Amino acid sequence: MSNAVQAKKGGFLAGTANYLDERVGVAGILKEFGRKIFPDHWSFMLGEVALYSFLVLLLSGTFLTFFFQPAMTPVIYDGAYGPLKGAEMSIAYASTLDISFEVRGGLLMRQVHHWSALLFVAAAGLHMLRVFFTGAFRKPREINWLVGFVLFVLGMAGGFTGYSLPDDLLSGNGLRIIDGMIKGIPVIGAYTSSLLFGGEFPGETIVARLYGLHILLVPALILVFIVIHLFMVVIHKHTHYSGAGKRDDNVVGYPLMPVYVAKAGGFFFIVFGVIMLIAATITINPVWNYGGYDPSPVSAGTQPDWYIGFLDGALRLAPTHLEVTAGGVTWAWNILLPMIVGVGFLAVVALYPFIEAWVTGDKREHHVLDRPRNAPTRTAIGAAGVTFYAALWAGAATDLIATNFKMSLNQVLTSMQILLIVGPIIAFFITKRLCLSLQRKDREIVLHGRESGRIVRLPHGEYIEVHEPLDAHDMYKLVDFADYKPTLARPNAKGKITVGARVRAGLSRFYFEDRISPVGQIELEAAHHDHASELDAEAHKELTN
Amino acid sequence: MSKTNSPDAEHDYSGGLAVIAADKIQDPGLEPHRVRMTDKSKKHEKAASRQVTAMFVASAIGSAFAIYAYFAFPLTDDLGSVRNNTVLLGLGITLGLLGIGIGAVHWAKTLMPDNEVSEPRHQTRGSEEVRARAIEIIKLADSESGFSRRKLIRRSLYGALALFPLPAIMLFGDLGPNPGDTLRHTMWKKGTRLAKDPTGTPIKASDVTIGSVFHVIPEGLADLEHHKLEEKAKAAVLLVRLDPADIKESEERKTWSYDGIVAYSKICTHVGCPVALYEQHTHHLLCPCHQSTFDVTDACKVVFGPASRPLPQLPITVDAEGYLIAQSDFTEPVGPSFWER
Repeated sequence: MSNAVQAKKGGFLAGTANYLDERVGVAGILKEFGRKIFPDHWSFMLGEVALYSFLVLLLSGTFLTFFFQPAMTPVIYDGAYGPLKGAEMSIAYASTLDISFEVRGGLLMRQVHHWSALLFVAAAGLHMLRVFFTGAFRKPREINWLVGFVLFVLGMAGGFTGYSLPDDLLSGNGLRIIDGMIKGIPVIGAYTSSLLFGGEFPGETIVARLYGLHILLVPALILVFIVIHLFMVVIHKHTHYSGAGKRDDNVVGYPLMPVYVAKAGGFFFIVFGVIMLIAATITINPVWNYGGYDPSPVSAGTQPDWYIGFLDGALRLAPTHLEVTAGGVTWAWNILLPMIVGVGFLAVVALYPFIEAWVTGDKREHHVLDRPRNAPTRTAIGAAGVTFYAALWAGAATDLIATNFKMSLNQVLTSMQILLIVGPIIAFFITKRLCLSLQRKDREIVLHGRESGRIVRLPHGEYIEVHEPLDAHDMYKLVDFADYKPTLARPNAKGKITVGARVRAGLSRFYFEDRISPVGQIELEAAHHDHASELDAEAHKELTN
Repeated sequence: MSKTNSPDAEHDYSGGLAVIAADKIQDPGLEPHRVRMTDKSKKHEKAASRQVTAMFVASAIGSAFAIYAYFAFPLTDDLGSVRNNTVLLGLGITLGLLGIGIGAVHWAKTLMPDNEVSEPRHQTRGSEEVRARAIEIIKLADSESGFSRRKLIRRSLYGALALFPLPAIMLFGDLGPNPGDTLRHTMWKKGTRLAKDPTGTPIKASDVTIGSVFHVIPEGLADLEHHKLEEKAKAAVLLVRLDPADIKESEERKTWSYDGIVAYSKICTHVGCPVALYEQHTHHLLCPCHQSTFDVTDACKVVFGPASRPLPQLPITVDAEGYLIAQSDFTEPVGPSFWER
């Protein structure tokens, strides 16, 4: 009764709130989540960008399904695009042209869809790098790393299946490459290709099949995994960067309502707006220039979308004459090796949190993020991985690099092959040394303060630069990090040193042999004491002079 | 540790190789809040509030403009109209979106409180009490259902569960036919004329001058009712006339060319892209997808790139009217490698 009365008093809004609470218990939900705290940092927005691009994909994709016809039946084109009038093409390609030239805003939506797909994978990739380099994948978030990894792979799958739908010359060649790769798989290759394409390549079914995957299965899976991903973020609460007042047993930031509703909600509109701006002004995938798919012609400089580039590069970088024919069967190592490299790389990415957890043996929960420099070996491994990926990726552009920079294609390819092997090793050592140097610099700053740039001449003629002591809050940021030391291989209960123990000891040496510990209180006081006595002495001298 | 006495105590985990410093520098606690201009000056607060409003108004104008652009810039036969429609409609929607987004974020950053708040965070693992209850529930469920006790039921269930997905896998059997020997044969047979791609006009040997290159399909391909692309994907051929002195031919292939004219499969032996680029002065064929390069003068052997096998050669000759014809089908499967080839 009194509720109803209050509701009346409060007007429409209160009435609605009351209605909802009595039916779905909205008050309890708000009490639980309304003032939930989220930490603030620009790098936390990368995952948000991916999430919002996915929403844009759903919106623009649904629009496109109203017009797109996923059939490969040949038709004679008679649409608005003059240059292709009278050409034979698939219904899928013709309807893509119709969307572009005969539906108002159709081209805009196609471009919104394509750009947001590129952005989705890019943002997800950058988000993974952020999580990796800050150690956010550590306990208790290892499983969420895997969920995110699956999302990244699903993003690539969604991208590729969508890329193939317009049935234009470029995407048809992409499918041709997939067909060739599948055929190269031992034993089941030819059968799998026949099952996928419904007979011989290209057949008349693949577009409809990819369409089913692209608009139903892949987005549904992405949605499910996003829900799991975010659910776990709620369970764990978001990580925060190390700093004064930020600990593993608290979370520091701003409340969901109103700050994050405004910031994150506004950010959705910003991401959508930026995608819209790019789509309105920059052409992407002008399929009308390529023509419909025909297995015979192809243009120079064919390129996949960026996120497939590393796999295409792997194919290109395989050395000549790898194929082996033995006992009447063909081992197409020129295809298998790149597939193993690509899948193997992804597998290492997926399993990394478990490898590091095993090496450190650290079972504690970590909610305070590492600064990359404070985990030198991990950061160096990440840099090596990025270099490896980048070499594969650049490998997919060997022809463009050669033509644009007027270089020999052979030399570009050989350089890429060398870069693929040597690059990660160089990147590892440079990054590790850089991290250690930065850590040393941090120690220096903590112990002796910041260089002020003020040079003072002492009475006895010596010049010194005055160092300003650090504010306690700034200092804490530089000393709060997890420190590990390598372990020895120890015998187990039976007195045996197992192979596992040896490997683990070796790895822990690899990780933590070069380590710089954070400055401790005693060390800090000792340093301050030195400074103090120095200054006293100076003061004394000044007085006596 | 004293906190282990309480039932809600947080679990103590092993730090592994972690060094837990006894003399860690003390956490000074959260940084004091920095007051913004909008917090201390009414003028700035008002200005910020005006800016936010302006953003939202701009958004409304943008959305209205987008609706206007939808009608004002229709699509016509002139392709320029597509650009106008896309750009102006898009820019209108952009303003509609960015106005809301930037306005909301500006509102949050300038006018909503920016005091950092700290909230406790608990270990993910349940308290001892909760865990005990969870185990109790599992045990209860087990004893009530007899899952552990009734071995026969349990094992037969495992068997049934292992088998039930198999029919679903079988259902995919009709996705495509067994490839059979389709990968070994193409449309080419004895006497098929070589025709230009895509017109389908047959090619006379006398039309092929030295250095010229023809993209070739079998005559009759253009008239196929079904499987035109599938046949083309296997039968596409590149025809080149070389100076006979330049050609290195093996004994058995001496008769496969005609007066310096050689025909090779256009389908790359790597992953099947069309090897469409011919470099006249080196006589090299280049695949634009992965840059496999084949030497036309030397039986199209691989000289560069990831491919391993030479492009298959189509044995050709001329018929009574002087048209180029195939002597037979290819003598080996064309295109990408597969296990049984």
